[in-house]
Amino acid sequence: MFYLIITALILLLVVAGLLVRAQVLIDIFTKSSSKRAGLSNQINGFLFVVFLVFIMGGFVWISIWARKYYLPDSASVHGVWTDNQFWVTMSILSVVFVVTHILLFTFPYIYQFKENRKALFYPVNHRLEFIWTVIPAIVLSLLVFNGWKVWSAITKEAPENAVVVELVGKQFNWLVRYPGKDSKLGKHNYLKTDELNTVGIDFTDRNSFDDYMAGEVHIPVNKPVLFKIRARDVLHSVFAPHFRLKMDAVPGMPTKFWFIPTKTTSDMKTITGNPEFTYEIACTEVCGPGHFGMRLKLVVDDEDEFDAWNKSQQSFLAKNPDYLKSVPDNLRKPAEQSIVENRKITGLAVLKTLSKSVAKTN
Amino acid sequence: MASIELHNPARSVDTHGHDHHDDHEHEEGTFLTKYIFSQDHKVIAKQFLISGMIWAILGGTLSSLFRLQLGFPDMDMSILKPILGGWIEDGKLNPEFYLAMVTMHGTIMVFFVLTAGLSGTFSNFLIPLQIGARDMASGFLNMLSYWFFFASSVLMMWSMFIETGPASGGWVIYPPLSALPQASPGSGTGMTMWLFSMALFIVSSLLGSINYVSTVINMRTKGMTFSRLPLTIWAFFFTAIIGILSFPVLFSAALLLIFDRSLGTSFYLSEIYINGEALPNMGGSPILFQHLFWFLGHPEVYIVILPALGITSEIIAVNSRKPIFGYKAMIGSIMAITLLSFIVWAHHMFVTGMNPFLGSIFMFLTLIIAIPSAVKAFNYITTLWRGNIVFTPAMLFSIGLVSFFISGGLTGVALGNSAIDIQLHDTYFVVAHFHLVMGSAAFFGMVAGVYHWFPKMFGRMMNEKLGYLHFWMTFVGIYCIFFPMHYTGIAGFPRRYYSFTTYDTFKTFGDLNAFISTAAIITFFAQFLLVFNFFYSIFRGRRAPLNPWRSNTLEWTTPIHPGHGNWVGEIPHVFRWPYDYSKPGAEEDFIMQTVPYSETTSSNLEGEVDPVEEESSSKVHA
Repeated sequence: MFYLIITALILLLVVAGLLVRAQVLIDIFTKSSSKRAGLSNQINGFLFVVFLVFIMGGFVWISIWARKYYLPDSASVHGVWTDNQFWVTMSILSVVFVVTHILLFTFPYIYQFKENRKALFYPVNHRLEFIWTVIPAIVLSLLVFNGWKVWSAITKEAPENAVVVELVGKQFNWLVRYPGKDSKLGKHNYLKTDELNTVGIDFTDRNSFDDYMAGEVHIPVNKPVLFKIRARDVLHSVFAPHFRLKMDAVPGMPTKFWFIPTKTTSDMKTITGNPEFTYEIACTEVCGPGHFGMRLKLVVDDEDEFDAWNKSQQSFLAKNPDYLKSVPDNLRKPAEQSIVENRKITGLAVLKTLSKSVAKTN
Repeated sequence: MASIELHNPARSVDTHGHDHHDDHEHEEGTFLTKYIFSQDHKVIAKQFLISGMIWAILGGTLSSLFRLQLGFPDMDMSILKPILGGWIEDGKLNPEFYLAMVTMHGTIMVFFVLTAGLSGTFSNFLIPLQIGARDMASGFLNMLSYWFFFASSVLMMWSMFIETGPASGGWVIYPPLSALPQASPGSGTGMTMWLFSMALFIVSSLLGSINYVSTVINMRTKGMTFSRLPLTIWAFFFTAIIGILSFPVLFSAALLLIFDRSLGTSFYLSEIYINGEALPNMGGSPILFQHLFWFLGHPEVYIVILPALGITSEIIAVNSRKPIFGYKAMIGSIMAITLLSFIVWAHHMFVTGMNPFLGSIFMFLTLIIAIPSAVKAFNYITTLWRGNIVFTPAMLFSIGLVSFFISGGLTGVALGNSAIDIQLHDTYFVVAHFHLVMGSAAFFGMVAGVYHWFPKMFGRMMNEKLGYLHFWMTFVGIYCIFFPMHYTGIAGFPRRYYSFTTYDTFKTFGDLNAFISTAAIITFFAQFLLVFNFFYSIFRGRRAPLNPWRSNTLEWTTPIHPGHGNWVGEIPHVFRWPYDYSKPGAEEDFIMQTVPYSETTSSNLEGEVDPVEEESSSKVHA
């Protein structure tokens, strides 16, 4: 097999060599090589026009054909702003792209070599140069100014009442922590990380007592949501494409991103016509061989649904009372209390949902 | 004799080169000193070129392999088992190996092909020839530069054959992934070898750059003022300056990473819990590495593209039979790009958690750099306008470069806007952007340079028809690969993904990915047209005339096979700028730089008179 491939390659080379040789001989006999520019020059000039049609046609066709896939509907407030920016910028760029390419590909055709013509000696024109320095400068300034406004609005401090969710990246999945009833995330300490306490919750902080871990992200619609982002081992990056949200997760340096979701998951199911629709969070900073598999499900609920879900979550301590050991003695009581309280609330919540479904079936 | 040759080759040719009948008769030294440890800038250039070609084929092969995975995820790849061995598991590519290939593709293409292969080849080959010098300022350092590059290449190549595989954290090798051997197999020995190989590479690059800069400043022939330098030289000059200023920063970044890996320091590491173990490192910052890396990394893209733009400027002017439009503006924009290239790096880091205020600043600075780039593009188009265009393969590739530079550069305006970048960062939109604007454009510059200066390198012509075929297949192919990638990028497809099937959001575009992969593989194979043409023409190409493209620059005044020392007898003097093409009143449509104004009275413009012969005639003359 191996020798067969080698022989084939050698044969191919020989044939190629012969063909080239023959072509050169033909050139010599037809004397086309003695001319400064012959038929090939005309063909190449013409091919640029063909290529112009090809690339412009392709540009229009793919932009229309692929529209159903790219830039899915934005599901956040700032997403609408950045999408606007994107479309405005892209429209300007498309105009420049089309105009420059029409010039770039028709000039070679129009001004291809002719024996009896002389090119125009045209070394400089300061006015022209001034124009095409200043116009891009103005357009770019406008784009920068608008971009800066949007960027500042997106990156300003999150509102006080934002729903806080902690996302922690690790090889190769995301860990999700909620602050629980007190809406305050407890402190964390990476030295306290272990098999169960995967995000290193620090139980010396009483705010941590009602914190709970979740397998997927639930957030309420039309309310500010603040993602507090961390990484446990290497860099990761939170990317929620529908919300136009991306922020790196960095070990040792907490980051954040806040936004207001505008469409619930069920809204999106209707909009996309896909009953299976789910929001997803992906990792966009290479983090090892499992990088492509760090999918995290995200659900946007309406307010009631979110409340119910939030209340039905068992706190970490309630689930793993063994960790009461790590609570300092003076806080042991409030910790135990919070477990009792949490069990009461979650119990109630479970009852509520049960009764609801019973009511529905009736 | 041999020892004199080693110390001052230029002079030895000067004194012995009077009866230059046969091209090979007067080359002194053994095969070893002539072709292997040569100090002749032309031989070193060819060494860089051929090494670069080998690397390019390897880099291209890697991309074809991972494109197979991306385009045809269900394909049975057992057929590749004889080559890839254990990296194919049950007919599937190993995901770790996929990342390793992506990493090596990036490293190889950016550093080994487009930095060493492009600057190494053409700066070396053209600087002495076009400024009128016998050789580089230091032939010895120049030789060292190649052999450091060679050592670096050997190490990098070797790393691909070790059991745990080569580095696999992306060509940007962000820590902690690259710092912790336990984070991925490629972060072990492979990463160590990557770092040492890059350290050698940086030494090579610095030796080269220092040489280029000092040669351009000190060794120009009489009359070759800065304002008479061809744009190629201006581009190589500033490229070398960028390299000198930025590569040491990468070196320091790599050094700190080596410390973190081997000496237990915590420059980039803090609060890490990995594989059931909390590491003791505290207080380091992975973002610090990114700042240091991109302080080289961004200028690096200009190190890659500027020489290509310089080459294109020359080729477009020659083959349009017109002076380059706005010579001074072209120099000005190269200067502006050089300066600005150092203060835009953090646009790679808008969403790293860096202070958003910094993001605003870098957005502003980034979009400024679009202005000189736009000026360059407009000037190229104006140069074509009312020209008398000859389509040599080099010319075709140069026009192709301008097209890529525009279409890739434009999307940079979208990416440089931090608000838009939130969505597009690390998606295929970025991949499409930089593959067009720096990858393909710089590659086209390199190929154009090969076609254009091949006659000077080997004394023979390359086959034009094969060149045309090569160009059209590559040009169409590259657009078929990278144009659609913008759309997958806008749809949010992240980079460096082994497969997209895990996500509902990224399940679309299967057909498009298959199309891109097919185009990529065809385009890759089309490159063998060049490889064949290149090696075939070295031996069997038609003999080249003295000045095949009817060009003005000095390299075409040397003999067809220039010996070591380039010119027989005295180095020619220069009397005019390099772009007197189609000058009204002139007999021919080109006037070489060596022709004094006194011989072209019919075409002289106002103020164009030869300087009065004085021994102290100034070198800096505007």
